[in-house]
Amino acid sequence: MLPVVSVIAYLVLAPAAGVLLDGLDRKISARMQGRAGPPLLQPYYDLCKLFSKQMIAVNRVQVLLNLSYLVFLAIAGAMLFAGADILMCTFLLSTADMFLVMAASCDSSPFSTLGAGREMIQMMAYEPLVLLMAVGFYLATGTFHVGEIIQAPTCAVALMPGFLLGFIFITAIKLRKSPFDLSTSHHAHQEMVKGITTEMSGPALGIVNVAEYYEIVLMLGIVALFFLNRHWWSWPLAIAACLFVYFLEILWDNVSARVKWDTLLNSCWVATLLTGGLNGLILMFVH
Amino acid sequence: MAKLAKSPWLLHYDGSSCNGCDIEVLACTTPMYDIERFGIINTGDPFQADILLITGGINHQSESVVKQIYSQMPNPKVVVAVGICACTGGVFKECYNIKGGADTVIPVDVYVPGCAARPQAIIDGVVKALEILQKKREDFEAQRRK
Amino acid sequence: MANIPFWIVPCLILWPVAAAAVMPFLRDRRVRSAAVYLAAGGVMALAAALLGLWLGAGAPVMTLYAGTEAVDHLMTAGELFLMALIVVLCIRHRQYPVILLSVGQTGLLLWSETNHPVPAAFHMQIDCLTMLMCTIAAFVGGFICIYAVGYMKAYHEHHTEYADRSGFFFSMLFLFLGAMFGLVLSENLVWMYFFWEITSVVSFLLIGYTRTEEAVHNSFRALWMNLLGGLGFAIAIAVAAATAGTVQLGEVVAAGAVIPVALLAVAGLTKSAQLPFSSWLLGAMVAPTPSSALLHSATMVKAGVYLLIRLAPALAGTATGMTVAFIGGFTFIAASMMAIAQNDGKKVLAFSTVSNLGLIVACAGIGAEETIWAAVLLMIFHSVSKSMLFQAVGSIENCLGSRDIESMHGLLLRLPALTYIMGVGIAGMYLAPFGMLISKWVALRAFVDADNYLLVIFIAYGSATTMLYWAKWLCKLVALHRTKEVVHDVTRRDQYLSMLVHAGCTLLLCLLFPLLAKNVVDPIIMELFGEAHDVLSMSVLTTMAVMLVSVIFVPALMFLITRSARSQIVPIYMGGANEGDNTYFVNSYGEPEHLYLSNWYLRFEFGMRRLMRPSVIVATGVLVVMLCVIIGGAV
Repeated sequence: MLPVVSVIAYLVLAPAAGVLLDGLDRKISARMQGRAGPPLLQPYYDLCKLFSKQMIAVNRVQVLLNLSYLVFLAIAGAMLFAGADILMCTFLLSTADMFLVMAASCDSSPFSTLGAGREMIQMMAYEPLVLLMAVGFYLATGTFHVGEIIQAPTCAVALMPGFLLGFIFITAIKLRKSPFDLSTSHHAHQEMVKGITTEMSGPALGIVNVAEYYEIVLMLGIVALFFLNRHWWSWPLAIAACLFVYFLEILWDNVSARVKWDTLLNSCWVATLLTGGLNGLILMFVH
Repeated sequence: MAKLAKSPWLLHYDGSSCNGCDIEVLACTTPMYDIERFGIINTGDPFQADILLITGGINHQSESVVKQIYSQMPNPKVVVAVGICACTGGVFKECYNIKGGADTVIPVDVYVPGCAARPQAIIDGVVKALEILQKKREDFEAQRRK
Repeated sequence: MANIPFWIVPCLILWPVAAAAVMPFLRDRRVRSAAVYLAAGGVMALAAALLGLWLGAGAPVMTLYAGTEAVDHLMTAGELFLMALIVVLCIRHRQYPVILLSVGQTGLLLWSETNHPVPAAFHMQIDCLTMLMCTIAAFVGGFICIYAVGYMKAYHEHHTEYADRSGFFFSMLFLFLGAMFGLVLSENLVWMYFFWEITSVVSFLLIGYTRTEEAVHNSFRALWMNLLGGLGFAIAIAVAAATAGTVQLGEVVAAGAVIPVALLAVAGLTKSAQLPFSSWLLGAMVAPTPSSALLHSATMVKAGVYLLIRLAPALAGTATGMTVAFIGGFTFIAASMMAIAQNDGKKVLAFSTVSNLGLIVACAGIGAEETIWAAVLLMIFHSVSKSMLFQAVGSIENCLGSRDIESMHGLLLRLPALTYIMGVGIAGMYLAPFGMLISKWVALRAFVDADNYLLVIFIAYGSATTMLYWAKWLCKLVALHRTKEVVHDVTRRDQYLSMLVHAGCTLLLCLLFPLLAKNVVDPIIMELFGEAHDVLSMSVLTTMAVMLVSVIFVPALMFLITRSARSQIVPIYMGGANEGDNTYFVNSYGEPEHLYLSNWYLRFEFGMRRLMRPSVIVATGVLVVMLCVIIGGAV
């Protein structure tokens, strides 16, 4: 019963939570830059506007692929919140991302194709850590099942702090934050128009935005997984940790400039090896 | 305000401007003027823009570009001509290569004069454009319902 | 035994050999095509009959053919003939060192047979793994032969510069099929060695098919590397005969004889083109595509991993096993990195083959129940989808006149049928929840359970690089780019028949995954290890079913939803400088310029020039040092 409730809660509430988190992000970013910033509900207004606009498109399949992206992200998140296998969830996450990449490259437009290429590089950069992290949960708790991981006697993070660090590192890619916002970014200072979303307008872009809200919640859900255990106090702790991690990403976004793809790839791979790799090695020796 | 007016996204195009007005447009996004207060984002992508800001007069080279960009913006959309060159052609009006203001190629909804137009004037123009946008949206909705 | 007619196994081997003998004499193309259909149909029918009879008998482990003196003598004669052939060809092409390898191994084997005669209780064995390999070889191989009927015609229309030796080509394909059946059915190592050598020589002859300088050069490289493995095989037989007193594969494995197992493993590594021997498979891509599909991806290279899987119980937990697993894992990641920098479609497929074989080899090297489970599944999925991909690339090459991935931009609009087939193949290779990925998932878990963290890291990074090269290829195909040049689909019906059967199989294998795991893979594990546990729990299978259904149905559903949505089609954004359509823009001189979008290849980072040499050095070093340690320790 509980999994059904949490899946439905995820499917219904994640976009709302995403809107609030995004609004918070824009507000905090603005304050960090010495501006007043938009209202908290600005992302909601944006979404409403996008869905009310005319449908224009460069071809007929793009919106189909965008919708597939959204649905797959929703399924991936639903799997996490249903307590299913975390490795499967991460595989599905990359499948979802593939649909976005295909949506961008099916236009055969220079800007979105470039964005799609960068998105693929980003996927290559974060993929090792995501897989290793799933292995880390398995080493630390003896299971890949989210439902069993949250029933562990202690917080997983006690055994796998390295993985958490690595995960925070690559979450910047997933949340499209500087310095890793190569394929597209939420900021105006874009030198390549809008990257992967260049050819998406109105409802098509709205779909991608909703999908991103699902993704934010999914990523934070994984962060929470590091903290959850069978005691009640782990829940507020996990929520606090998620908010803190989210704040860290915003801070990092505002104090760093975008890097080139090779710096992205090298730094992510090296960070993966140093955090997840080392942590996993130690876990394997200890267990 | 209604949906659209709360989240107008800008596209800024330089027809043949001397860059004076462009710098003023960019100044609007700085902490000093902070147009994001109104939910305005400078997108740089016609597919996602609601308001087209044009600076500078239109010459024969930029004519087709302006038309194309305008055609790539989804309805409802408005055009703001920023600076006297974009309004009428300004001091370049009689030049052999200048067609005139932005309204010689696409319908312009708001004219923001000035050389260069000041950020306050630009923001004022954009806010005026929001009202027109809202009206256009209602027309668009009504048309769509038909 | 009683239920299977005595003649069916020899028929299965001799039928394709007979076809091979006839093919070169059929000059008329139509007669030859009919003969190919007949021969391939016969192979499939025989294999199906054997499978049916064997299943009807209750799928037992069967041992066949105890007294076979006449056949043994024939095989010795065959080995001498192969040696003579290699010597003559080497002298003609001035490749003298290769002669040493060939003469050395044949001589060694003859010496061993005369000085340490080992009475064999039986020579062939039928069990689940054997039948699986036979089925793959017969059906994938049979359909590739049918594909080749159409392909070779178009190939020679397209490449008028090469002499048309199609008769010889088909002859070699069928000879190979016969040898492959012999190889997997043999339990006696001497018999297996004989068939092993035939496959090496057939591969050598096929690579040199076009007789260009490059082809001859690459064919000799393939020959010497495979002969090196053959030499290891021969030494293993001699050592096993002299020390363990047996040349039965099962007994060698059960006895855990260290030196023979290590040398056989080396033979397996060369055949499956693992580092440092990968370059032969890459060079083999000069051969016409059906031979690449059949020998160099679907079946022959699988003989190497087949041998390693057979050896797996003797590899588990030993230094040899660790070495094999390391080489496999290392090849997996190194080859997948180098694949990123390739723009030649067949080269990418070759690297991907090497890389996937590396994963299977790593699984076999660990030798635990779970890893072998993954290895067998990977083998099945890889055979079918890679063979299909090769065929699709071959057909595309015949249509476009190029197999450059760059020239496949927007192929979806130009050659839709072939693109869909490619799409199924590529999705099958790396997307969740298709077979390859699930097998990879099991392998990952098994490596963790086996406490081999290095392999876990290899697989984590290797999956990322694998994803990139498939993803960018897929994106190239689906770009909706309307060009003015007209492309005619010259793919013939034979080719479509084969490719569609493959595509159907790929999808069916994914859909029937739980059945496949339960009815095919579990019995194999049962035979190898004496016990089989459920590797995937029911909940995982359910999740997978959900994923599979969603992958197929979500886009379909979305298609239906979006079909009714009306949208206005506008040109793509190119800074407002489109020249009327989406393929030209106005450049800074005011002139129209053709839009050209290139993929990322990251040549400086992942290029073969940068990575190949260090990878070969590392792999060679590890292999040589470990072999010295293992053999030194055992002596």
